[in-house]
Amino acid sequence: MSSRENILGRIREALQVKAPQPHLQAPLTPTNHPPQGKEWLPDGGESLTESLAILEGQLAKLKTVLVRVPNETLAVEAVKLLSQEKGWKQVAYQGHPLVTPIAQSLACQTWQADADFNKQKLEQCDVSLTSCETIVAQLGSILVSSQTSGGRALSVLPHAHVVIARTSQVVPDLADAIRQIKERYGQKLPSMLSFITGPSRTGDIERILVLGAHGPKELFLVLIDG
Amino acid sequence: MRISLFVPCFVDQLTPQVGLATAQVLRRLGHTVEFRSEQTCCGQPSFNSGQWDVAREGARHALKVFRGSEVVVGPSGSCVAMMRNFYPQLFKGQPEEAEANDLAQRTFEFAEFLVKKLGVTDVGAKFSHKVTYHDGCHALRELRLKEEPRQLLRAVKGLELIETEEGESCCGFGGLFSAKFPMISTAMVQVKGGALVRTGAEFVVSSDPSCLLQIGGWLSREGKPIRPLHLSQVLANEVS
Amino acid sequence: MSDPKAIFLKDASVSTADGDQRAFIRKALGGYYVNRDLQKARFRSWEKARDAASMAKWSAVNDLGNQLEKFVGNFEKNGGVVHWAQDAAEAREIILKIAADAKAKAIIKSKCMTSEEIHLNDALEKAGYGVVESDLGEFIQQLRGEAPYHFVFPCMHVKREAISELFTKHLGTAPTNSPEELTMIARRHLRQLYVDADIGISGANFLVAETGQISITENEGNARLTTALPKIHIALAGIEKVVKNLDDLAILLPMLATAGAGQPMTCYNTLYSGPRQKGECDGPEHFHLVLLDNGRTRLLADPEQRDALHCIRCGACLNVCPIFKNIGGLAYGTTYQGPIGSVITPHLRGLKQWNHLSGASSLCGACTDACPVRIDLHHHLLHNRRNAVKTNPTLFDRVFHFGFNFVIQRPKLFAFGGKVFRTTLPLLKKLPLPYLSAWLKTRDLPTPPSQSFRAQWKDQNHE
Repeated sequence: MSSRENILGRIREALQVKAPQPHLQAPLTPTNHPPQGKEWLPDGGESLTESLAILEGQLAKLKTVLVRVPNETLAVEAVKLLSQEKGWKQVAYQGHPLVTPIAQSLACQTWQADADFNKQKLEQCDVSLTSCETIVAQLGSILVSSQTSGGRALSVLPHAHVVIARTSQVVPDLADAIRQIKERYGQKLPSMLSFITGPSRTGDIERILVLGAHGPKELFLVLIDG
Repeated sequence: MRISLFVPCFVDQLTPQVGLATAQVLRRLGHTVEFRSEQTCCGQPSFNSGQWDVAREGARHALKVFRGSEVVVGPSGSCVAMMRNFYPQLFKGQPEEAEANDLAQRTFEFAEFLVKKLGVTDVGAKFSHKVTYHDGCHALRELRLKEEPRQLLRAVKGLELIETEEGESCCGFGGLFSAKFPMISTAMVQVKGGALVRTGAEFVVSSDPSCLLQIGGWLSREGKPIRPLHLSQVLANEVS
Repeated sequence: MSDPKAIFLKDASVSTADGDQRAFIRKALGGYYVNRDLQKARFRSWEKARDAASMAKWSAVNDLGNQLEKFVGNFEKNGGVVHWAQDAAEAREIILKIAADAKAKAIIKSKCMTSEEIHLNDALEKAGYGVVESDLGEFIQQLRGEAPYHFVFPCMHVKREAISELFTKHLGTAPTNSPEELTMIARRHLRQLYVDADIGISGANFLVAETGQISITENEGNARLTTALPKIHIALAGIEKVVKNLDDLAILLPMLATAGAGQPMTCYNTLYSGPRQKGECDGPEHFHLVLLDNGRTRLLADPEQRDALHCIRCGACLNVCPIFKNIGGLAYGTTYQGPIGSVITPHLRGLKQWNHLSGASSLCGACTDACPVRIDLHHHLLHNRRNAVKTNPTLFDRVFHFGFNFVIQRPKLFAFGGKVFRTTLPLLKKLPLPYLSAWLKTRDLPTPPSQSFRAQWKDQNHE
């Protein structure tokens, strides 16, 4: 008997007796079983305006720097300014209609990482520029994927990460974002989907918060209206 | 109402004033209080040690004692939790199952009884002292009592109630745990005791006499200025 | 092999005597309590969320066979390879074989308590592989040669000065008292290791049956890097980690972050569905998942305590447990500490040898109140005690409790015994008696009254 058969057999035997349900506070109703969540999870906003306000609040707490711009031209300007301010020398970017024009406008060295991936080269970069799939207002989270955001390492290896997105990509809560994943991909999922919630951090030393543990120490979201 | 007093075994033998104060308060409120002298112990020490078969024998005696009582009131969160939450489990599938469930329905902790059953928060007490409160874990988490003792204390004339940091932390008694793992139990009461002393209160009050045994025992050994007092003893001090 | 109970009593005696360390741990937890409560308050109903989370895990675990098969089917469709391990030895063998076949040299790991459980690092190092823990806390513990202190915060007991000395000793860096600088030292040291590693080993917080994805929750980004750069990704997970639907994560991920770390969401919550796909520019070429039993089916077979398998390893129960806070994580001597560890270790490693963990508790219940998935933790400690008595009663306990219950069924004997106790107490205090001597070491008893309650009542009421 293979280990698989052995384990599944033991499970079958073990489950012959059903366990009692947990002691719930409230009786089961169609809204809490199977779990839907919207009723009791933190608020994500009833309208885009509300969601954007909640998002702004969450991003501030996370130390994700939010740059709101009315159009793509000003997005280019904003990132150029940032690049000068930070003194970035090596920029890795994802080839994408929102990102490429911005990358190409920068004075420093830029490299389209997803066209010609090289992990050693990526390790040397100061910052990455990528798009994203969805932004979750309730949590201040940014969803990236290996398929649509330039691969797995681009959004986590360089020391800073700049995400270019539109306000139309903002959804109220995590449940909405998950539903979108299923609608968008069905059974053909990207090999990696990651919710990024703030710059990398750790509390491992005396439970004191430090940013930039391994992933990017700085995270910027350039949000274009529309 | 004819209230049948449940007096914890160690209150009977070591701190009888708690039982007397409880009866005094209930009588002051106009009720008849009986003490069925056949009672001894709820059986929790053996139950908590995992000796359920043997504990059942002891508990059977308690069922017999309180048979036919109108209502049972005990000045102890842990004993009442035993009778209300655990007797039904202990007697599940036994001939006494129905009786255990029935007893559970009419057994109350003292503060709970006053506030929730009698609807009384002012029992005409006076106690002009600074007091802090310790929430016994059984009362807090098994019986879900938190506000009730505080409502009673706030109505006591002259009493100043100060909350403790670590208010909901376990005192470290846990029955035989206190003696089976004494170093852990002592560490826990050090944390609790330290916080109590820092309030500057004169008394630490609790609805659980077993917690007071532990806390009081440590405070006494360490020579700390704060003294343990059961809730019933505070409430028994009448406004003259 | 030494008796775990004897070791536990010795270690607990040492750690409870260290007032400094206990105060340090309490201080470290202070910020967590504030943040946790802030985040809980953001939920429109934390209690309803707990209901939903507990039902999500209950329905997955009570249909575990079907859900696991569904998960594996979907996982394999995405190109990953699944291995089944009945016990720790088999899991180690599987992973060693993958490493050998790949002719690997350097291995980087992200946080995986299951790998601690099977003592994986030891086996890999003995086989000649360089293994580095990338999670900062685990990295520090690896350098110290110590097991993790807490399964979410592995080195929360270590002061910054000690970490500085550790880094000076092992990495040759200049001393510093700044947590920020210490973190940057580790960051710089590990970066090239991610790039150079042949294999990345991770755990998994959840296995999503609906989609065949594994979900990893972290703050540092080390798991993201561990699973992005090396050619081979091996994930190790207990079979109980299954959830039915991706939607379940909408509740479980924020609750894990809130209860575990006082955050609305941890920094990186990542779903992996396979090795690199066509059209993706990077990622591992091979993705192996090792599913581990190692005693979990034993716990599954106990319907009373099966909910212990709902655990999402948030660590909230540890954070509120007065036992944990006073004896520290290492005194438990097990992979999983705190209330959940005390509940499951007797099942995973043997009731007879490990039941003392279930006894070392006042049953305060703070853990059960803290658990996001409503595991009946403190009552399970009682259940373990009852089960231990059924299978392994000690003579002393049998005699003591038989005697106690004999007396309490006989009121006159009880009253007489009580009177004897009260009268002889001054003498009894001087004798080495079980329980009494232990109590009196650090605590007084009240001066015994001359009359018991029942005697006074009788006098006052003429009954």
